[in-house]
Amino acid sequence: MKITEEEVRYVAGLANLRLTEEEIQRFCADLGEILAYMEKLNELGTGEVEPMAQVLHDAEETATLRADEARPGMGSEAAVANAPAAGAGFFKVPKVIER
Amino acid sequence: MDVASLNIARIREGLASRRFSAVELASEALRFAEAENPKTNAYLHFCPERAMAAARRVDEKLARGEDPGLLAGVPVAVKDVISTQGVRTTCGSRLLASYIPPYDATAVVRLQQAGGVILGKTNCDEFAMGSSNENSAFGPVRNPVALDRVPGGSSGGSAAVVAQGTAVVALGSDTGGSIRQPASFCGVVGVTPTYGRVSRYGLVAFASSLDHIGPFARTVREAALLLQAIAGRDEMDSTSAFAPLPDYLAAVAGSPVKGTKVGLPREYFKDLASETGDLIAKGVEVLKGLGCEIRDISLPHTDYAIACYYIICTAEASSNLARYDGVRYTMRSGSSETLSDMYRNTRGEGFGAECKRRIMLGTYVLSSGYYDAYYLKAQKVRTLVARDFSEAFRQVDAIVTPVSPFPAFKLGEKLDDPLEMYLSDIYTITGDLAGIPCLSVPCGRTAAGLPVGMQILTRHFDEAGMFRLADAFERAGGSAD
Repeated sequence: MKITEEEVRYVAGLANLRLTEEEIQRFCADLGEILAYMEKLNELGTGEVEPMAQVLHDAEETATLRADEARPGMGSEAAVANAPAAGAGFFKVPKVIER
Repeated sequence: MDVASLNIARIREGLASRRFSAVELASEALRFAEAENPKTNAYLHFCPERAMAAARRVDEKLARGEDPGLLAGVPVAVKDVISTQGVRTTCGSRLLASYIPPYDATAVVRLQQAGGVILGKTNCDEFAMGSSNENSAFGPVRNPVALDRVPGGSSGGSAAVVAQGTAVVALGSDTGGSIRQPASFCGVVGVTPTYGRVSRYGLVAFASSLDHIGPFARTVREAALLLQAIAGRDEMDSTSAFAPLPDYLAAVAGSPVKGTKVGLPREYFKDLASETGDLIAKGVEVLKGLGCEIRDISLPHTDYAIACYYIICTAEASSNLARYDGVRYTMRSGSSETLSDMYRNTRGEGFGAECKRRIMLGTYVLSSGYYDAYYLKAQKVRTLVARDFSEAFRQVDAIVTPVSPFPAFKLGEKLDDPLEMYLSDIYTITGDLAGIPCLSVPCGRTAAGLPVGMQILTRHFDEAGMFRLADAFERAGGSAD
């Protein structure tokens, strides 16, 4: 399977990843090889098979939601404590739009 | 005090007879672990303050005559993808090099409630992606059994500290074999419980439909004890199971395994390297000697499991890792004018090569026009892989296989071929895809002295049956070198 430079650039854009030229070349080769291997799945007919949307979907013991009750959170001070830039309990980011 | 030779039973006895206090044990265990660590790079950092505080609480309980817990005073290591409040949790990534979680993972809370003393955090492949521990931003871990070899991955540090004696037990995480494979490579016991058996609250997410937390120990009994302490429903994780928690210690009390039906899936033995194959065959003879009925079985979709797994896990990873964008988690690229540049630069500078490769693959298979061909197809194949196991468990009580096609390989040996590295996960990813419990128990060593692990898999929520068989195997000298 051939993956082009354009495809790698497009996917990197979707993934918000800045790649170097060297990485782009490397990923053309790697993705091509790995995706070619994945074509193997096409040997299997899966028309009638249900996709596994949930692990242990037939086990009653799993999968519930708790009651929807308000609870105290950790507070904004703790929540922003690891942020590279924060102020007044908010995350600071570079400008989003041009004025 | 010879801390490397301590086990849970000796610690319990030593504390009860006042031969040493939990504080004395913790400070000696920390001293020993810090002194030994440069050999393997298995610990990324230690948390002496937290360890000493935990030890003091154990001593106080003992002084008041209270039950100090199942793991009282036991030195524990925790893989650095599991959140520890106030203690750095880096996930082996530059991106999180200085991240300090504001809360504890549920498994960590329970460890501590049981009296466990966390000494430090262990090295791993970046965001648990890898099979050799060479993808850590903080350098690889060396296998304590053979220092020029990898410890396996991604929980290489947790396997290594238990093998090295710098912790008695450890927590790891397993998405495609990341507990069992390093356990096999380092000659210790590693357990992946049923999906949902142990809460993942506070486990940094890699592939949520496949992620598990599980124990490492030097004996099956100690692994069972650690699982007992951390398992069970947790309302902080909606995928954690309500299934009642059995007494795992009863399962490792030496009850007979005569008549247990053990299946050997022929697909797992056909391409096996001879030395590993011979050792597993000897292991199977031990089981036969214990009275197990050995049966030939088939898991016909095994050959499709790797393709299936690497589509699902990369798709989920690309989504889970989207959060590391320079806004919330410590690292931000310094050279960005706009928000979108900041995202791209931060992620480009922060992630290592394997994380980028998986983010790219996952984004590709989820991208418009490819979703049905890859992701949906893989989810269907996952159903088939899981169904193989349900069918097999109608005929047998347990399935026995190798853990890895080969023993620990040399550092750097497989680093340049990502597909080859993925293919080596063949025997472990199927258990994760099906969500069933599985473990690796030592099954002898190769002529070069490298450990080989035998995998035991059982039905959903039947960790007790798995432990019973593994414990009987161990008692019968199955792991004799």
